[in-house]
This record gives sequence, C-alpha cells and structure tokens, in this order.
Amino acid sequence: MPTSYTELYFPVLVQALIAMGLAGGLLTASYILGKRVRNRVKDMPYESGIVPTGDARQRFSVKFYLVAMLFILFDIEAIFLYPWVVVYRELKMFAFVEMLVFVILILSGFFYMWKKGALDWSGTDLSRRRR
Amino acid sequence: MPGNFATASDVIRFLPEIILAVMGTLLMILDPLLHRRSSNAFGHLSILALAGALGGAIYAYLNGGPAFGGMLMVDGFATFFGVLVIVAGILTILPSYRFLARQGAETSEYHALLLFSVAGQCLMVAANDLIMVFIGLEISSISSYILAGYLREDKRANEASLKYFLLGSFATAFFLYGVALIYGSTGTINLAGVNVVLSGPGAPSLVFVGVAAALMFVGLGFKVSAAPFQVWTPDVYQGAPTPISAFLSAGPKAAAFAVFLRIFTTAFAPIGHGWEPLVWASALLSMTIGNFAALQQSNIKRMLAYSSIAHAGYVLVALTARSEVGTAAAMFYLAAYAFMNIGAFAVVSHLSGKGERYQNIEDFSGLAQKQPLAAAMFSIFLLSLIGVPLTGGFFGKFYIFKAALESHLVWLTVLGLLNSAVAAYYYLRILVMMYMREPAEATEAVEPLSPGLRLALIVPAIGTLFLGIFPNWVLDFAGKSSVLLK
Repeated sequence: MPTSYTELYFPVLVQALIAMGLAGGLLTASYILGKRVRNRVKDMPYESGIVPTGDARQRFSVKFYLVAMLFILFDIEAIFLYPWVVVYRELKMFAFVEMLVFVILILSGFFYMWKKGALDWSGTDLSRRRR
Repeated sequence: MPGNFATASDVIRFLPEIILAVMGTLLMILDPLLHRRSSNAFGHLSILALAGALGGAIYAYLNGGPAFGGMLMVDGFATFFGVLVIVAGILTILPSYRFLARQGAETSEYHALLLFSVAGQCLMVAANDLIMVFIGLEISSISSYILAGYLREDKRANEASLKYFLLGSFATAFFLYGVALIYGSTGTINLAGVNVVLSGPGAPSLVFVGVAAALMFVGLGFKVSAAPFQVWTPDVYQGAPTPISAFLSAGPKAAAFAVFLRIFTTAFAPIGHGWEPLVWASALLSMTIGNFAALQQSNIKRMLAYSSIAHAGYVLVALTARSEVGTAAAMFYLAAYAFMNIGAFAVVSHLSGKGERYQNIEDFSGLAQKQPLAAAMFSIFLLSLIGVPLTGGFFGKFYIFKAALESHLVWLTVLGLLNSAVAAYYYLRILVMMYMREPAEATEAVEPLSPGLRLALIVPAIGTLFLGIFPNWVLDFAGKSSVLLK
C-alpha cells in the first residue's frame, strides 16, 4: 500500500516519462529517417486541397457574431438541465419549482430576442426597423 | 434531505429583489409587444416596481432576520441601504423621461436594466456571505456597464462603457481572488464565520488574510471610486447618460460602501489594526486628488465626478474610525450624498440640451434669471455638497469627523477639513455663474421644467434639507443599525 505522496504519484511520473520518451523518440526517428521534399505545392496551407483565393481578414456581418453569441448563451443555459435531471428525484417539488423559474426566465429571454428580430437573418438594423 | 429549501420567511425577506427582477423581465417582454420605440409607460411601470420594492423592503424589515441559511441578512443596516438604493433608482427615473425623449433613445431596456441594477444592489447590501456579495456586485455592475453606454451612437458613451467594463471586470476579479484566499485560509465564506476564525486561537497567518483583505479592498475601492482606483470615474461619468451618472454616483456607490462596511467591520474586525493604515491612506488620497482635480475642470460632469471621488474619501474617513459611530456616520453621509448628488445631476441633465451640448460650467451663467426654481434647487445641492449648515451635507461631514476624532484620527480630520475648504471654491464658482452673470447661449435655450424634472429637483432638495434640519431621525436609525451589524 503506498503511503506517502511520492509513492502515490510515482506511477504518474513513470507514465509521463514513457509518454515523453515515446513522443520524442518517434519525432526524432522521423526527423532522422524521413525524406524531405521542398517545393511550392508542399508549402501551401492544404497540400492537396483547394487553392487559397485570398486573405481571411474580411469584414463579416455582425449577424454571425450575434448568432454565435446567442447559441453559446442558450447552450450553456440548457446544460443546467442535465444535473437537474440527476437530482430531481431527491429534491422533488423544490427542484421542479426552481427549474420552472429558470426555464421561464430563459423563455422570456428567448421571446425578447425573437421579437426584437435578432433571429431575422434578412432584416436590417434591429433598432432602426421599428422607428 | 428536506424537500423544501426556501421557506416562506426566506421569500418574504427576499421580496424586494423578487419584485425588481420580475418587473425588469416583464418590461423586456412588454417592449416588443408595444410597438413603439419610446414610451413613458415603461418609466411609470418601473417607478411602480421600485415603489413595490420599497414596500417589500419595509415588509421584509418587519419580518427581518437571516434568509436562505444565513446567506442573506435582513437587518436594519440592509434595510437602510436597500431603501437608499431603491429611492436612488426612483430619483434617477424622474429626470430620465425627458432625457430619453430628447435623445430619441429606446426606453424599455433602459428601465429594465435600471431595475436589474437596483436588484443587484439590494442583494449586495443584504448579503451576509462573500459569494452573495459577489453575485450582487456582478448583477449591479453588468447592468451599469450597459447603462453607461446606453446611447450607442455617442462616441463618448461607447468609450465610457468600454472603460467601465474593462476596469470593472478587473476589479471584480481582484475581489473574487480575495474571496478565494479567505475561503482557502479560513474555510468559510460567511462573514460572521470569518470573524470567528480570525479572532480564534487557530487564526491563519496574517499573510494570507492580509493579502485577501487587500485584494478585496482593491475591488471595492474601485467600485466606490476611491483613490488610487479612481481613474475611470471622470470618463465614465462624463460619457454616460446624465441620469445614469447620477445613479452611478448614488446607487452602486452606496451599495459598494455598504458591502465595504459590512465586510471590513464584521469579517475583518479582528485584523482592523492591519487594514486601518491602508484605508487611512486611501481616504486622504481620495479627498486630495478629488478636490484638487475638481478645481481644474471646466466640464460640469467631470467636476461632479471628481467631487464624487472626494466624497468617497470622506466616507472612507468614517470607515477608518473603525467604530459603530463611524459606521452610522458613513450611513448618514451616503444618504445625504445620494440626495444632493442626484439632484445636482438632474439640474445638469435639464440644462444640457439635445445631444448633451451644454455641459460647461460657463453654460450655467444667468440660470437664476431664466429659471429661478432650478437655480435655487441647484444652490441647495451645491451648498450641501460644500457642507453648509442646515443641509444634509453639513451633518454628514460633522458626524464623520466627530467619529474620526473619537477614534483619535486627528491628522486625518485636520487634512479632511482643509480639503473641505478647498472644495468650497469650485462649488461656489457655479453659484457665482448662476446668480451674478448675464444669461448665455445655454440658459437662453433652456426648456421649461417638465413635471418629472420638477419632482426630480424638489424631492432631493426636501431630502437634503430634511437631513440637515432633522438629522436625528435618520441618525438614530443608522446608529441602531450599526450596532446590529456585529
């Protein structure tokens, strides 16, 4: 039975050493044994893919940002439902009421966002539309 | 395991927060249903919500005690500050009607965010545990960041919002780091529990606790705009919509001071000799930097921002006293300050005109000839900010310096009084402009006072004079509440 911290973590140290040795060994082996070809095609971002057509630094519509942000918001909120399901049986009515409050809050946020036109892909500026 | 965590008394003691959160959400849902960009209905509804929350806060006080397993504490202290931030919210909405209409801004989100911010502050002042403090602080701050940049098409407002957001997030992170260290070294986040551990025999090393207290001091010092964490204040107060500047200087500031007082005089009371020099220095720096920088300003909102830094310094003097008298003095001062500063900003909001054009001190010249009422009210607020007798500001300063002397802080008192003398100059300069100059472009163009604005000037003026003539009523309550604190 391992007693001290050092003994307890010794297997971890061994595994780390093996992992580092293996990775380092393989890289060194391919560096020594491998054949290197240098030409234009080899230097392209995707060697056998589509030929790049231009810079990626363009201006994107803010709609992409909006959709991504809303996705993250609602995704994270939905994740709260998973732990709730696990403890629901123990907490009974309390858990139900609390989750009801939470879901109502999410739905009112969703309603607000929808009616404000945040999901309207073809729409113009949100605030000017209702002026 | 009990099936019911929140008892009826928990809900009653949490009533103001519930009312504000529900009404804020309701305003956001109502907005798309009413197909109008700007409407006074939202203002009326949020005043209704705040009035409801005021009733709720008083009802909660009558049924006071700990709530949610000691995470919240509804006592006199919490109620005093709860009522203060709710009244600050109401006084912010009154001049906002005209302001929002003039700027052509949307009204529903403005009021919803204001309600959320007040809800966060109510939570802060009742919080009895460090995580609750943090949650309240975040609710209040995030709404304030958005409100500071509410006029999206205004460059200054954008700058104000971004600056406030970036620096504010940093400050909150500092605070949270302090909380983590406290939990790590004492094993509890309950304020009374921290006090017990720190004064007990197995108290953790002062290094950990001292660093934690210092980190929390940085976070809270930022929120109350105390030097040397004050740099954001002038830019934010200048760029934010004027009623919001008024709100920031009253609501979030009072709530942050409430947290400051509660944490440092309960949880950190055993290491008081350790943090006293820190607060001493910060108080002196805030007063001096605030007052001397305010002398240089030509923009009235920047001047009021620097004066707000100086006033934070005066309240820190009361905190340095480390006594119940000091706590009561700070409470009284914050109440008086909320009234006079919101009133002063309401006058600025009234005069500044479309696009916030007239905000220079020269623009006030001759206001007394054009609008005697506005000028008279502004004079009351300015005299109170100076600390002239018969106004709330006088008794606020009087009690603070009295508390400081009782705690033998002679030097701080002397330097504070000298500072007040310096401050008189820049407030009096505006009085001279209003009464002894001929009307200029801004005062010629000033609109007649709307009913909302009239109320927004008269109510704080009555409050200021009431605190100045009958200070005992409020001070007694503050004194009782500060004893309850421990």
